[in-house]
Amino acid sequence: MLKTFRIGGIHPKENKFSAGKAIQPIAIPAQVVIPLAQHIGAPCQPVVKKGDKVKVGTLIGKTVGFVSANIHSSVSGTVLKIDKAFDSSGYKRDAVFVNVDGDEWEETIDRSEALVKECTLTSKEIIDKISAAGIVGMGGATFPAHVKLIPPPGTKAETLIINAVECEPYLTSDHQLMMEKTEEILIGTTILMKAINVNKAVIGIENNKKDAINKFTVAAKSYPGITVQPLKVQYPQGGEKQLIDAIIQRQVPSGTLPISVGVIVQNVGTAFAVYEAVQKNKPLVERVVTVTGKDVKNPCNVLSRVGIPLSNLIDFAGGLPETTGKIISGGPMMGKAIASVDIPVTKGTSGILIIPTLESKRERMNDCIRCTKCINVCPMGLNPTLLMNLTEYSEWDRAEKDRITDCIECGSCSYTCPSNRPLLDYIRLGKGKVMGIIRARKA
Amino acid sequence: MENKLIVSPSPHVHSGDSIEKNMYGVLIALIPAFLVAVYVFRLDALIITALSVLFCMGFEYLIAKYIMKKTPTIFDGSAIITGVLLAFNVPSNLPIWILAIGALFAIGVVKMSFGGLGNNIFNPAIAGRIFLLISFPAQMTTWPTPNVGATTDAITSATVLSHLKFSPEALPAIKDMFFGFEGGSIGEMSALALLIGLIYMLWKKIITWHIPISIIASVAVFTGILYLFNPTPIYNPLIHLFSGGLMLGAVFMATDYVTSPMTKSGMLIYGVSIGLITVAIRLWGAYPEGVSFAILLMNAFTPLINNYTTPKRFGEVVKNG
Repeated sequence: MLKTFRIGGIHPKENKFSAGKAIQPIAIPAQVVIPLAQHIGAPCQPVVKKGDKVKVGTLIGKTVGFVSANIHSSVSGTVLKIDKAFDSSGYKRDAVFVNVDGDEWEETIDRSEALVKECTLTSKEIIDKISAAGIVGMGGATFPAHVKLIPPPGTKAETLIINAVECEPYLTSDHQLMMEKTEEILIGTTILMKAINVNKAVIGIENNKKDAINKFTVAAKSYPGITVQPLKVQYPQGGEKQLIDAIIQRQVPSGTLPISVGVIVQNVGTAFAVYEAVQKNKPLVERVVTVTGKDVKNPCNVLSRVGIPLSNLIDFAGGLPETTGKIISGGPMMGKAIASVDIPVTKGTSGILIIPTLESKRERMNDCIRCTKCINVCPMGLNPTLLMNLTEYSEWDRAEKDRITDCIECGSCSYTCPSNRPLLDYIRLGKGKVMGIIRARKA
Repeated sequence: MENKLIVSPSPHVHSGDSIEKNMYGVLIALIPAFLVAVYVFRLDALIITALSVLFCMGFEYLIAKYIMKKTPTIFDGSAIITGVLLAFNVPSNLPIWILAIGALFAIGVVKMSFGGLGNNIFNPAIAGRIFLLISFPAQMTTWPTPNVGATTDAITSATVLSHLKFSPEALPAIKDMFFGFEGGSIGEMSALALLIGLIYMLWKKIITWHIPISIIASVAVFTGILYLFNPTPIYNPLIHLFSGGLMLGAVFMATDYVTSPMTKSGMLIYGVSIGLITVAIRLWGAYPEGVSFAILLMNAFTPLINNYTTPKRFGEVVKNG
């Protein structure tokens, strides 16, 4: 029996069309737009101005506050302006426009392919380097990586878990990265272990990536303390709490962080970014993106600099299909529908998913028939239909008591509802409202 | 192209599950019991079932269209299920006009007056059956002799449970009860056929095991304990399990989505209570059969159970691995 998490879960059709496709670089266009808010937390302050020359890796946005991540230029050229531009949020936000000129990198960056295994830095030096490089959680949530590596006082990490689950259907960027950068990821993992001072790391991989499981199991033998844990395919196993439950059978209590059970989780893409930052001095300026969809001509995995418009990536995959109805940044379960293909790739763009019109519209909603399927699939043990009703009737006290804030917004309830009820839409609304009430109470 | 992109919140895919799929799944699960009924009662079973379905769909259509002024959804399968279950709960020689009254009560009063599918408090078929049982006790408790191997079908006979209550010496073999050749209502014949339906619904994940198994287990345990102290047929757990409407009720009536609790713990409370009330009515009540009363009573408690039970929360089993 393969391990998995113990409450709820679904198994949507995987549709991993781009699996096994080698990562190909995307050509750099004449202009890139680099948003100053690419992470959860405060947007960066720009540190360049119009007319400044920048190279690949030049700091252009500096953190404001603790929960924030530096932004570096992903190209070389001249800063055209700092202006508002649409990003995947659907709003116009501050971004640095750079006119591209050649491809010159900062001298400190080691661009060779040579593997650097040795790392003699201390924990603090590693975390500082990760922070300076602007690394965020690469799974899509974009939480600044260094913040997670500094546990609150009084807590102690025992285990590092590397999230290599990639449970979202369609997406294969992590999978392909694992196949091509196995050693680098393992070195990155070792560095993360050193940063949080643990001697045990588990890489959780779902069983639909058998080649990656085999490759890592063999390669991990020369990295002390790292083990590979194959997992039963089940969504949302990539959820932090679900992954911890699946791997060490401990459930993070409501309202607490994974550190309360002695665990720190980092994404496999983050581990690779950490390798590049610490061993190669390379800040986070590019990432692997899956471009896919049922009618996409050439579903692929590409390496894209931050700031390149999504339309360039879509063209690379064979252009926008005639049937296009919806474009998702991310995966189909938790990704964001975007209004335009002109928005730039950011640190959190794990995939571009193009959905045909036929599958883009929701079916007509019916009354709840109380079949309890949403309860059965909820990985947090909530009652989604109740939470939807409570939101509809503004019953915030009851919604808080019924743990609306525990919702991880995985969408399993809406996915499974035979009456096509927009459960998550309402719960998200109610969750925001209740969190606001809780904040106001504490203030 | 640009302007035509659809923007909506996640998730962007759906399982494709629908009310229809679940309802027609239940109907498929009812097929074995229906086949047994047709084998035992011949054309009568077919006619009563077909008419009952027609009445239910017809009343729902008329009420939805002309009284509620909304688009009728009679092909979602729920009215068909109510029709089949109502037919399964009546004798095969029930006069048609009584059947029509039962269907009108079930659909008109119990289902549609609360707002239609999803909003009713009581199971329409159960309430319809009880309405008929109270209004037409003679017609509802006169069953034709099963047609298996017999040459006539005009004789009426008592059911196992009325034997149990009023003349225990005339009890049939348990084996016959299991396979379905003893007297009773149309769909109550074969425990085996109903259990096949249960297995199908569990396999297709239409229902979970909690309600049917807890009802069956609580009846078995309750009568089993009594049987240990007093081993007479009246307490025999096997007779209680395989007779009357127990299997039909446990598998198809108590598991009705709309009128049963939503949490696993609530389902167990509901199931065990139905089992206990059923046995209590059978042994000490005025009626020989108690399943439908037990279900109806627990339907009334369902909102309360929902209010006081919660799903097993993540994080409450902190360490057990």
